[in-house]
Amino acid sequence: MALTEQRPLALTTGDEVTTDHEPLGVFRRPTATVGWRSWLTTVDHKKIGIMYGYTAFFFLLVGGVEALLIRAQLAVPNGTVLGAETYNQVFTMHGVTMVFLVIMPMAAAFANYLLPLQIGARDVAFPRMNAFSFWCFLFGGIFLNTSWVLGGAADGGWFAYAPNTGVVFSPSHGLDFFTLGLLITGIASLASAVNLTVTVLNMRAPGMTLMRMPIFTWMALVVQLLLVFALPVITLALILLMFERLFDAQFFNPQAGADPLLWQNLFWIFGHPEVYILILPSFGIVSEVIPVFSRKPIFGYPFMVFSGIAIGFMGWGVWAHHMFASGIGPISVAAFSLTTMFIAVPTGVKILNWLATMWGGKLTFTTPMLFAVGLVGMFTIGGLSGVTHAVAPSDTQQTDTYYIVAHIHYVLFGGALLGLFSGFYFWWPKIYGHFLGERMGKAHFWLMFIGFNLTFGPMHILGLQGMSRRIYTYDDGLGFNFWNMVSTIGAFTIAVSILVFMVNVVRSRSKAKGQPSVGPDPWDSRSLEWLTPSPVPEYNFAEIPVVTGRDEFWSRKYGEDENGRLVRQHSDEEVCEAPGATGIHLPSPSYWPIVLSFGLPFIGYGLIFSLWWTAFGTLFVIAGIYGWALEPADDDENPHGHDDHDDDHDPSDDGAVAETSAETSAETTEAGEPREAAVTEEAPVG
Amino acid sequence: MADTATKGVTLSEAIVAEVGAGGHATNTGYSNEKLGMWVFLGSECLLFGGLISTYLLYQDRAIEGPLPKDLYDIPFTSVSSFVLLMSSLTMVLAVSAQMRGELPRARTWLIATALLGGIFISGQVYEFTAFVQEGMGFTTSLAASAFYTLTGFHGAHVTIGIIMLLSLVSASANGKIPKERAETVEIVGLYWHFVDVVWILIFTIVYLIT
Amino acid sequence: MSTTETKPESAEVEAHDDSHDDINHDDIDHDMHPSDWKYIQIAIILALLTVAEVALYYFPPGPFEVPMLIALMIVKFVMVLMWFMHLKFDSPMFTKAFVAGLGLAVTVYVAVLSVFEFWAG
Repeated sequence: MALTEQRPLALTTGDEVTTDHEPLGVFRRPTATVGWRSWLTTVDHKKIGIMYGYTAFFFLLVGGVEALLIRAQLAVPNGTVLGAETYNQVFTMHGVTMVFLVIMPMAAAFANYLLPLQIGARDVAFPRMNAFSFWCFLFGGIFLNTSWVLGGAADGGWFAYAPNTGVVFSPSHGLDFFTLGLLITGIASLASAVNLTVTVLNMRAPGMTLMRMPIFTWMALVVQLLLVFALPVITLALILLMFERLFDAQFFNPQAGADPLLWQNLFWIFGHPEVYILILPSFGIVSEVIPVFSRKPIFGYPFMVFSGIAIGFMGWGVWAHHMFASGIGPISVAAFSLTTMFIAVPTGVKILNWLATMWGGKLTFTTPMLFAVGLVGMFTIGGLSGVTHAVAPSDTQQTDTYYIVAHIHYVLFGGALLGLFSGFYFWWPKIYGHFLGERMGKAHFWLMFIGFNLTFGPMHILGLQGMSRRIYTYDDGLGFNFWNMVSTIGAFTIAVSILVFMVNVVRSRSKAKGQPSVGPDPWDSRSLEWLTPSPVPEYNFAEIPVVTGRDEFWSRKYGEDENGRLVRQHSDEEVCEAPGATGIHLPSPSYWPIVLSFGLPFIGYGLIFSLWWTAFGTLFVIAGIYGWALEPADDDENPHGHDDHDDDHDPSDDGAVAETSAETSAETTEAGEPREAAVTEEAPVG
Repeated sequence: MADTATKGVTLSEAIVAEVGAGGHATNTGYSNEKLGMWVFLGSECLLFGGLISTYLLYQDRAIEGPLPKDLYDIPFTSVSSFVLLMSSLTMVLAVSAQMRGELPRARTWLIATALLGGIFISGQVYEFTAFVQEGMGFTTSLAASAFYTLTGFHGAHVTIGIIMLLSLVSASANGKIPKERAETVEIVGLYWHFVDVVWILIFTIVYLIT
Repeated sequence: MSTTETKPESAEVEAHDDSHDDINHDDIDHDMHPSDWKYIQIAIILALLTVAEVALYYFPPGPFEVPMLIALMIVKFVMVLMWFMHLKFDSPMFTKAFVAGLGLAVTVYVAVLSVFEFWAG
């Protein structure tokens, strides 16, 4: 059943799409489906997810080099690798890069690729906005890093406390790049968050109720909601700082009577939900991986869901635990100390549930499983040190020492990053049709695991012995030498492990050339994305699945015998889809997202250097907005998607009621996407 | 293999009638665009809440120059507020006309809304100019910076709204916004009403409560 | 393409969820949308409330001034939301999305102002 084209300001009159009309964008609609141009204009969530992944990995290398510089400088007392000013820039950018340009976009890579697949949709709610989010992130990240060669990078720490970051104490342009760059990447994240929230709330397949969604989808949804509500707060803080630095506004000037804590409060109101934004996707990933390699469903599904929601919710009430030593007064300190202790509970629930999932399961320690179990262990350690911070008196000793650095890295590296690598190894065969090498994968894991613990374990000791954070060097004779050296050796070990990963990627790809795909379901998994062919075809599902329970895909493969034991009832051939479906219309590619986002960094350059650049950037932004608004969501003259349309196909002819609902939910992209599902056979039910 | 956790949840069995103008099935029964706008407006609460809080914190801090509250012209601002409030009425009448398919009337009300919005903005410009002449510039004091940033951001939102309204009028005049596309007008209306609602907060908290 | 044409089709679907039956979607059904006259009435009330607010400003009833101003503000806020923005008649999901943001904002910012001991001064 063809549907009408509905787009704000689009050019159709709302008639049936099969009516002849001239699609009048500003330029001819791009049509490339392969080649580099197809990547620039893609609106396919999978391609966008892949681009997020590679870009985030590139920034991981950048942040990693910054880390190695730090560790090289601190390997010995009175190090001479970096001077103090440079050191400040390096550690600041290390933090900014890792938080905003690595972990967040890497999680976005998984969310983008998987969410439509896991809920049984063909794409996200707003495909062009999805593309825009990616390009905006890329250009924002590049903009931020051009500061290195345009007068120096930001040097006030990733948390950029004002008034230290005002022009008086930070005269270089670095912090202007910081504020403007993060505003740009913030726009990217906010757009993506609205997009994915609407996608999950509105585009689930028939029968996919909220409580049947995979845990990864749930965690990603909580993350998007956290982003939606937390990003405006940092946007505000960055704008206040930017106005102060660029336009002489008085917000943080103590001599004008400003409260020095205003920045800290605003930043951490964002900053604390932000750390849950950083970790929840990885929690979601391991909640997918562990059940598969324990051959058991996740233990306590409702508890996993509600603890995730609880973490998201309670995360708003703890922010001032980053400020225990800043003079907020005993009542505030006590209140936030309590709330911080409480928030350990839902996380503890998750740890217990993962362990209970594994308990009694048939465990296989593949590389993804190793990384997932690694997360459970390392995050527990990081969480325990976190609990010691919650106790305000002990935190007063720990704050601003390397003990905190240890905590941060145990939760963010040992937690978030290990989880993300688990995801790479787990979903690689789905994305590319071949595995990442297991032996190299295990080598990667062990090198990384050992290197990581060598790097950050000793920092607990260093911190308790009194080594300050954010110092570019330390004197001999303070007792810091040994563990710093160990830490540096660990850091270089991590670097080697990353090289192993990169080699693994390249070698696995070349070994797979000419080989057939490993098939849709190489791990014997549980969720819907595994019923599609590998690599996933552009249309995702030939037929939108109808969902009757949790772990829908698993239940189509397996049943239980009289003794309650698992019995495989249907083979992959019966349950999974074959590639090559035709007649499925997809949203057409578009230039405008990249055009619009291209203008944004130039607005930034203009505000720093010369307003002519701002004018230049604004032209792109305006052109982008109008081009986008005038462009139909789908170009009917140049239909995009697999082969021919099946214009006359009337789904109600197929009889089965389930079909009809499958069809109607196939029309699930941007408003009024003309969509025709190719119906080949009935949805198989286990 | 059905589970039992489905009853009583609003977003339950995900089979609903096809949605209004968009024509595609969604779990809530409402279009993606409308849901998206509401989510976005939810996030805007955090932005304006922060701006208002920053102002509240700094409203009495001026080492130099007058405090904003010393300069307020309440009668003038009251009229401004009334104008913006009435623009919400014209907006809702525009949506109503659009839904009935009365396109010229819808355009008229949209223009009226944009006009009232323009009058509001002119009022703001006049007010700010007067304040500057009375010695309160953007950088004069904490209170001044906070005041202008809050009201400036609101004004920028109104201006963007006016541009969207005029774009809608232009598109409608070119036949691109038929009756079936009433939801587009409604969504622009949601944004506009939100901007009005923020002013309801600002008028009371910033101007009236001193 | 009006939604009424497709309603029979969706009614055939097995696992029909009737929790949506009472919600009118985007049908132009005048029962679910206030009439123009209703909107005008709401606008008149809003105008009167604004007059009341200004009156309170000029004739403050002592300690009741601030609570009454806040109350009036809230009433106006809610009226615009419920009628002009149609929340009263639309899916509860929209209300939830917006109230989540609003509630969070109020809670968090009241907390921040408390940290700054705003209420004492």
